[in-house]
Amino acid sequence: MAKLLDKQRYKCALAAMQTVQAIDRAIPVLHSGPGCAQKLSDGTGSSGYFSPNIFPCTSINEKDVVFGGVKKLHSTIDNALKVIDADLYVVLTGCIPEIVGDDSGEVVSEFADAEKPVIYAPTAGFKGNNYKGHEQVIDAITDQFLEKAEARRKGFVNIWADVPYQDLYWLGNIRELENLLKEIGLTPNTIFGYGRGIENIKNIPYAEFNLLVSPWVSLKNVKKMEKKLGIPYLHYKTLPVGAFETSKFLREVGKFAKLDESKVEEVITQHEKYYYYLIERYADLFLENRVINKQFSVVADAQYALGITKFLTNDLGLVPAKQFIVDDTPKEYREDIAAEFKNLNYGLEAEAVFETDSYKIHEAIKEHDYHGYPLVLGGYYDKEITEDLKGNFLNISWPVRDKVVFDDFIVGYTGGIRLIEDIYTVASQRFN
Amino acid sequence: MAINLNNSNVATRENRIGSITGYLGSLHDLASQSECGTLKGCSRCFSQSSTCLSSCALGQLSAIRDVAIIHHGPAGCSVAAAGSYYLDKVMAKKRGVTNDTVYVGTDMNENDTIFGSTEQLKKIVLEVNKRYSPKAIFVTSSCATGIIGEDIDSVVDEIKDQVNVPIVAVHCEGFKSRIWATGFDVSDHAVLQSIVKPPREGIKSNKINFKNFYESARPEIIEMFKNFDLEPTFLYCNSTVEELSHISEALATTCICGTLGNYLGNALEEKYGVPYVRSINQCGIVGFETWLREIGKVTGRSEKIEKYIKEQREIYLPKIEEVKKELKGLKAVIGMGPGYTFEVSRVLNELGIEVVWALAWHYDKKYENGDVPPSMKYLLENDIDFGTSISDQQNYEVMNVLNKYQPDLYLSRHPGSTVWAIKNGTPAVYVADEYMIFGYKHTLDFANSILDSIRNRSFEKNLAKRTKLPYTDWWYKQSVGEFLVQEKV
Repeated sequence: MAKLLDKQRYKCALAAMQTVQAIDRAIPVLHSGPGCAQKLSDGTGSSGYFSPNIFPCTSINEKDVVFGGVKKLHSTIDNALKVIDADLYVVLTGCIPEIVGDDSGEVVSEFADAEKPVIYAPTAGFKGNNYKGHEQVIDAITDQFLEKAEARRKGFVNIWADVPYQDLYWLGNIRELENLLKEIGLTPNTIFGYGRGIENIKNIPYAEFNLLVSPWVSLKNVKKMEKKLGIPYLHYKTLPVGAFETSKFLREVGKFAKLDESKVEEVITQHEKYYYYLIERYADLFLENRVINKQFSVVADAQYALGITKFLTNDLGLVPAKQFIVDDTPKEYREDIAAEFKNLNYGLEAEAVFETDSYKIHEAIKEHDYHGYPLVLGGYYDKEITEDLKGNFLNISWPVRDKVVFDDFIVGYTGGIRLIEDIYTVASQRFN
Repeated sequence: MAINLNNSNVATRENRIGSITGYLGSLHDLASQSECGTLKGCSRCFSQSSTCLSSCALGQLSAIRDVAIIHHGPAGCSVAAAGSYYLDKVMAKKRGVTNDTVYVGTDMNENDTIFGSTEQLKKIVLEVNKRYSPKAIFVTSSCATGIIGEDIDSVVDEIKDQVNVPIVAVHCEGFKSRIWATGFDVSDHAVLQSIVKPPREGIKSNKINFKNFYESARPEIIEMFKNFDLEPTFLYCNSTVEELSHISEALATTCICGTLGNYLGNALEEKYGVPYVRSINQCGIVGFETWLREIGKVTGRSEKIEKYIKEQREIYLPKIEEVKKELKGLKAVIGMGPGYTFEVSRVLNELGIEVVWALAWHYDKKYENGDVPPSMKYLLENDIDFGTSISDQQNYEVMNVLNKYQPDLYLSRHPGSTVWAIKNGTPAVYVADEYMIFGYKHTLDFANSILDSIRNRSFEKNLAKRTKLPYTDWWYKQSVGEFLVQEKV
């Protein structure tokens, strides 16, 4: 049912075009209105090999609404193959063709013998948000492009984390997760960002297991892969940020992959040594400043809300106030995710609020007693309210206007340090 | 034109003024075919994504201070809320005012496409009204709500009495028109329908309505107009509902871009007798002076204006002449909305730069009053001609043109297009700010910016050397118009 989406934090399913955009040399072909791509793209960091303004698009008009747009879709795909040099063409449907009943799947199937692969994902805006759209694209790849491998490779692991572009640190995070796995002796395989692409997609079926690092996004993808490709999965719900969570993460991955425990411990020790060398040097900053109090709130999708809450609590020793999960998490996952927020050091429990109406979030922040200046990590919408409350604000979730991120990251040991740097860069702007 | 403020629907530019988005030929041919009425636009059997008219419509409305936009549709349509929130905050801060405009979506889902959701929409509008007490409310549609026939007019009618502020339905389905500028008309129509009041008796005004985008030159224009005893009211960025309610009392309406201001200007003239300043726009010397003189004529201030022109000429013309020496002989390709393409090509001509090809994102054969756009008329009368195509930001066509002509520079006004030029190794000037070529001072700045852009080509050369373009060799061998299809009449 329609609802009041006040200061919205997500896009619609068609924004899965950004998931495609994050795959090197893969291009979305949109069966949609002319302006959907422009609306759904983000202003910066989009001018790669392909950019949203060159995505082929049927640019549906009034006539197509009345008479259907399958002919136009056919000529758009046909000519896209001629004009644009890509490795993978992913047809994405918007609202109109799905309401008027265009059989887009049928049109795409006519390109089964094309020189380059053409696949199709139904992503009408009313079918769900961009987190769901992201899952649709990965499912489409599994369903239409991948076949079960005869033999899988030991130590070869597909990593899935969260949604490119919606997550401002998507590129850096996935690379750092790869690095961490490499260090403990595994061979990671990911499909997003520089130097990855169609070959990595083709390698998916050979993985020993899928590693899903996310509270819920892509759980349905790895389940589908388990069924179709016979790949088991490890569902690790918490994005590991900082030493405490990252060491825990490495141990659990090591155990699942049956790695030599001492090798994993060696990697952990090395990292922790350096991490605490830095923390020790800056401990004075944490203790002897006048503006960062213990209580904080995160306003973000489940991935960041959970990961950052655990980091700030279990690593930095802050105390969670209410945490706001704004990705419209499907109901079936909520209980599990809320339980994760109650699983913190020293028996601390955080209340996770699933809310898409930002007015209510802001009311809750205003009502809460932070015992001093609030620390809020959230979307750009939360800047003004935090400043009204004399708090400290860091823009870590969509929409992002306060920060430009090329390939920075918050995951892992180094990522935790980067996040601390950002928080205290904000804090250091003021004295008290 | 006959505007009908009793109906919330605005006819599209295609239907109203014969606008087109597909054409390939020359400026002279385009103009002469427009004059004799034989011009027929083409469609395309291959296109790349462009812009949604709702972005133009709601971008304009959401810049008004302290109003509410209710965008009824799936979450992707209302995603513009994030950008407008940011813009409203930073633009207000720059002006030293506050803007509490809210832009909300309704997150329509699959069930809503089957059963409709007008009841829910009513509740949402009332809740937004309760939360924020906006000064006006715009209830707007999307492709999905338009197709399933959500009756937003009835929703507005039914709750009108429960909200004590202007409220109006805004029809901005993206599929309605290929010309996103139709969205500007949609926003003007909504403002005229709901906010603008007839002039009050006995009010004497020295105000002039100035339709622009982001008012970067506001302080200097205010200063300049003081010389003529005129006071500009900038629309709609940072406008208040109170200000808008009285724009019918102004001495005249003018605009920075004919595509943007045409509907409002003509409507205010037709309905309230506010003269609309029809001239070439303020870009470049000829444009600026022609525009100022027209304002002088319309408002009875010619003497003061001539004095101002004389003073300014003495300061700037020698400097501009100096830069021109270095620009002479450069070849340019430009791609902009028609409100700028045919204006900027005039300025380039003034600066001694040869336009070898011009792309306009659409073309209005005639303006609302039936005339050929003044910028075209000027080019024709001065015997300026160049290759021309009408292309709704079809980047592959731009790249084909750049590849064939290899110009010294490319000028564009829309996000996402300059990057492609520099990947081609062509220096690009992003003419984003609408005041970038405004008047003497900015014409000088503009000329210098061009000079700076071609003087140091390091960035584009470095990038172009290391990137591969995404278009196939096959495409570069085709005609620019390969995918144009003559529309059936």
